Amino acid sequence: MSDASRVTGHAAAPSVGTPLNRVDGRLKVTGGAKYAAEFAVPNVAYGVIVTSTIAKGRVQRMDTAAAERAPGVLAVLTPRNAPRLPRQQAGSGGGPALRVPTILQDDAVHYNGQPIGLVIADTFEHATAAANLVKTEYAEERAELDVNTAPHAPSEATHPVGNSRRHSQRGDTAKGLAEAEVKVEHTYTTPFENHNPMEPHNTQAVWDGDKLTLYDSTQGIFSVRNSVARSFGIPPENVRVVSYFTGGGFGSKGGPWSHVFLAAMAAKRVSRPVKLVLTRRQMFGPSGGRAHTSQQITLGAKKDGTLTVVRHLTTATTSTLEDFLESSGMLTRMLYESPNIETNHELVRMNVGSPTFMRAPGESTGSFALESAMDELAVALGMDPVELRLKNYAEKDPESGKAWSSKSLRECYRVGAERFGWSKRSPKARSMADGRWLVGYGMATATYPARQTPASCLARILPDGKALVRAGSQEIGCGTYTIMAQVAADALGLPVDRVRFELGDTDMPPTPPSVGSMTASSTGPAVNAAAVAARQKLVRMAIADSASPLHGALEDDVRAVDGRLSLGSDASKGETFEAVIARNGGQPVEARVDLKPTPDQQQYSMHSFGAVFTEVRVDRDLGLIRVPRVVAAYGGGKILNVKTATSQMIGGIVWGISQALLEETHIDHRSGRYVNADLAEYHVPVNADIGSIDVTFVPEDDAHINPIGAKGVGEIPIVGVAASIANAVYHATGKRIRDLPITLDKLLT
Amino acid sequence: MKPFDYAAPASLDEATRAGARAATRFIAGGTTLVDLMKLEVETPEHLVDLNPLADRDPSLGTVSELPNGGLRIGALARMSDVAWATPVKERYPVLSQALLLAASGQIRNMASMAGNLLQRTRCPYFRDTATACNKRDPGSGCSAMQGFNRSHAILGTSERCIATHPSDPAVALVALGASVRVRGPGAQPSAERTMPIASLHLVPGTHPERETVLEPGEVITAIDVPPLPFARRSLYLKVRDRASYAFALASAAVALDVANGTIRAARVALGGVATKPWRSTAAEQALIGKRATAAAFRAAADAALRGAVPHRDNAFKVELARRTLVRALTEVSA
Repeated sequence: MSDASRVTGHAAAPSVGTPLNRVDGRLKVTGGAKYAAEFAVPNVAYGVIVTSTIAKGRVQRMDTAAAERAPGVLAVLTPRNAPRLPRQQAGSGGGPALRVPTILQDDAVHYNGQPIGLVIADTFEHATAAANLVKTEYAEERAELDVNTAPHAPSEATHPVGNSRRHSQRGDTAKGLAEAEVKVEHTYTTPFENHNPMEPHNTQAVWDGDKLTLYDSTQGIFSVRNSVARSFGIPPENVRVVSYFTGGGFGSKGGPWSHVFLAAMAAKRVSRPVKLVLTRRQMFGPSGGRAHTSQQITLGAKKDGTLTVVRHLTTATTSTLEDFLESSGMLTRMLYESPNIETNHELVRMNVGSPTFMRAPGESTGSFALESAMDELAVALGMDPVELRLKNYAEKDPESGKAWSSKSLRECYRVGAERFGWSKRSPKARSMADGRWLVGYGMATATYPARQTPASCLARILPDGKALVRAGSQEIGCGTYTIMAQVAADALGLPVDRVRFELGDTDMPPTPPSVGSMTASSTGPAVNAAAVAARQKLVRMAIADSASPLHGALEDDVRAVDGRLSLGSDASKGETFEAVIARNGGQPVEARVDLKPTPDQQQYSMHSFGAVFTEVRVDRDLGLIRVPRVVAAYGGGKILNVKTATSQMIGGIVWGISQALLEETHIDHRSGRYVNADLAEYHVPVNADIGSIDVTFVPEDDAHINPIGAKGVGEIPIVGVAASIANAVYHATGKRIRDLPITLDKLLT
Repeated sequence: MKPFDYAAPASLDEATRAGARAATRFIAGGTTLVDLMKLEVETPEHLVDLNPLADRDPSLGTVSELPNGGLRIGALARMSDVAWATPVKERYPVLSQALLLAASGQIRNMASMAGNLLQRTRCPYFRDTATACNKRDPGSGCSAMQGFNRSHAILGTSERCIATHPSDPAVALVALGASVRVRGPGAQPSAERTMPIASLHLVPGTHPERETVLEPGEVITAIDVPPLPFARRSLYLKVRDRASYAFALASAAVALDVANGTIRAARVALGGVATKPWRSTAAEQALIGKRATAAAFRAAADAALRGAVPHRDNAFKVELARRTLVRALTEVSA
């Protein structure tokens, strides 16, 4: 890459890296930020979904007469009367997870809570009341509801994780086992979970002829556009998706679920715009969740801790609709050095809602198993857990043999341990106490891949010396508006308050969905490149202009600082952006860039790393668990905004605490009914559950990953937290809990 | 939610008459009822709003002294107000604590004291109209019995129902020996009666749909807490999955009168483990006359849990409730 594109601006005081407050903060706290359901659409009608009450079978009959007669009802859609879409399984073959929605195209029931009907009425209240009047008769079949006996999905049906295979083998597992002097082998389980972003999934669908506008709560406006266009048999350019703010998604909003298609279908049927907001109960099943996993880990080591073998065998659940794989073993392929590493993933099919990406898909569940097992091995060896990890530190990617683009994990261990006070840990389990509280210290490693995918951006320098920068993208709460404005400002040579960054509209240049920690590392470089290109156009304009003080200057000698172009060799020679544009036609100067990852990246293995240290306190009689402090250190490449990034890390760690201690979706083993489908019974932490969280980013300069050096930090903070807590609980109590969540009943016995 | 009509009667007489009609519910704070109406677990055709009555008769919404040295808590007093009332904090700390450990600040600011006593169970099957429930739909069966029943009761259960009574304050009040004053439709004074809270709630037996002895139209007007000097040393301990805003897995309301190391009087009630606010006179008897020692507390806990009937997911509650009670007794006697 050329020098010019690597430079993130010429600003005397760069904005990137500073803890700039969210540029959309005021809008959010004053209610001015407009979420999908809040767009005032004239003449909008309301859709309410009717869901199945059996887990498997067929809808035999739906009595909709009472609902149709109910006040305000415009239409009742059922599998019998719903419009047939050109694509039978609408999302099939598209979307992030080969999504197969259930949109009334047939009478099959695949899980309890599946959409089987839709009532459209003039008000939400009328639609809700009428939906409860629909009576359904089923031909019920035996459902698969036991993770232990559910049938395995054929391997060829499984959609791969990225380009990776389900199975991996390095070296020879049997040989590694034979060479082991110490061995641990255990099975770890993680439960069904559901994302439950604060803002439920919602969509407003507005047709204008054969053109459709969707106001959607999504992490992927282009995924929604493409899936919906394909299903309705219309060109993608006929579908516009608008999403300025999304109130959390965590993976569940990566692509459209059934309600999006249903809203569009309903709007067409009643010839009115339709608004459809899922109920909280409908956030359990019809909108994705985390698969249940059962993971057998085998570790073998020499007495000095050298790993002779690592084996990680995962069985994850999926639905009968899709083959989504919770890829728990992926991190085991690259986290520790060993000559013999084997991983495998099996899928079992159950009559449950389809699983999907959920914060750090794979790594989150996989790290609980691997990092718990590493702790068990450290105990078996009588070794300090950090020392064991350093002993097996991977200097290059064990799977691919490639060099790391950058890796600061040693520094993360050092900084984390020091800030935590790890040296004060007494090695023996159940050896630290404070009155009735048993005290435990635990740690775990965190990692997550860094990815860059193609992204486009348009940057426009305006005649008034401000700039407008646009990229499709999404704001899901991470600070995208803020960091992109910072990246653009530095690349343009403007103060950040003179840059307006816009996103959330498929009329804007395409970008990847806000998933997989890809926004900073994909859209960020595109924003940088477009802003650099616009700046270069302006510079060339000035150089070519005989009236400019910069006329004839060498391009490389011209700097852009605070909205002024000047000579690097003589800063007094220069002029403002406005002056250049005014003399050259007074039109905006703009550049659009479509950026792709460079082949250079293929040379490297790209991952973020971190270390998580926790203190837990366990009431010795009652089993109550408290987490007074978490200390974590991460290497995430260039941190674009330390404030928004730290908030991300804190949020992810809080979710890790939740995963460790609280979260579990209970599915009735007879009916497949989601039992605790509300926020009173599906527990996430309250403020009182969270103690101090100390986050450090270790400085990391990654010259290979992308032009702005950012790895993306959305996913990694949840990784390792559950293991770190489980390990601390073991250290406090001497009890090893291998089944999440660690609730007090598991400590009573 | 089903459509309903709404009335705000001007007097208790009017309210009780209106409340006696079929398909009618009283509403005070609405923190349980409105939720259940949204779920169509409750489908009243008429709502009778009691809140305006406190404007005419402020005693319905406040805490006042009784001549016998006890306290009268108006039925419409909000949980927050009662929790922070000085006489409650000083003389009945167990009640103040139980109130503050219940629900969230927002809910406590809305919920009424009588409404709290009458709140419905959190059994997830009761709250889901797609499943069978003898309490919601008599005779339809109990989904919890063989289903997911981690939060369910181990005391006072029947073959028909194992739903836990969810209230925290009711547990404290039953320990304190409080009573409710009830007003029914019809002429005074025959329309008024008083009963101990211990007699207000029913165990499920063969009729889990009947949760209290209240007749149609009857409304609680006040909760009377008797004088109990030793309750100044009382305590409510609540054990739950998260640090706040969760229902009890087990809780204990205790008060001890200890002189020279010997227990002269004791009050013990359990929450989170029973089908109604569960006072254990067996535990109290096991304590009286004993030295206040760990052994005595353990014996009392054994007595309290004798006869407990665990199911698939809630067997841990037997031991948890025991330990919760021992801890509460240990702390209150410290």
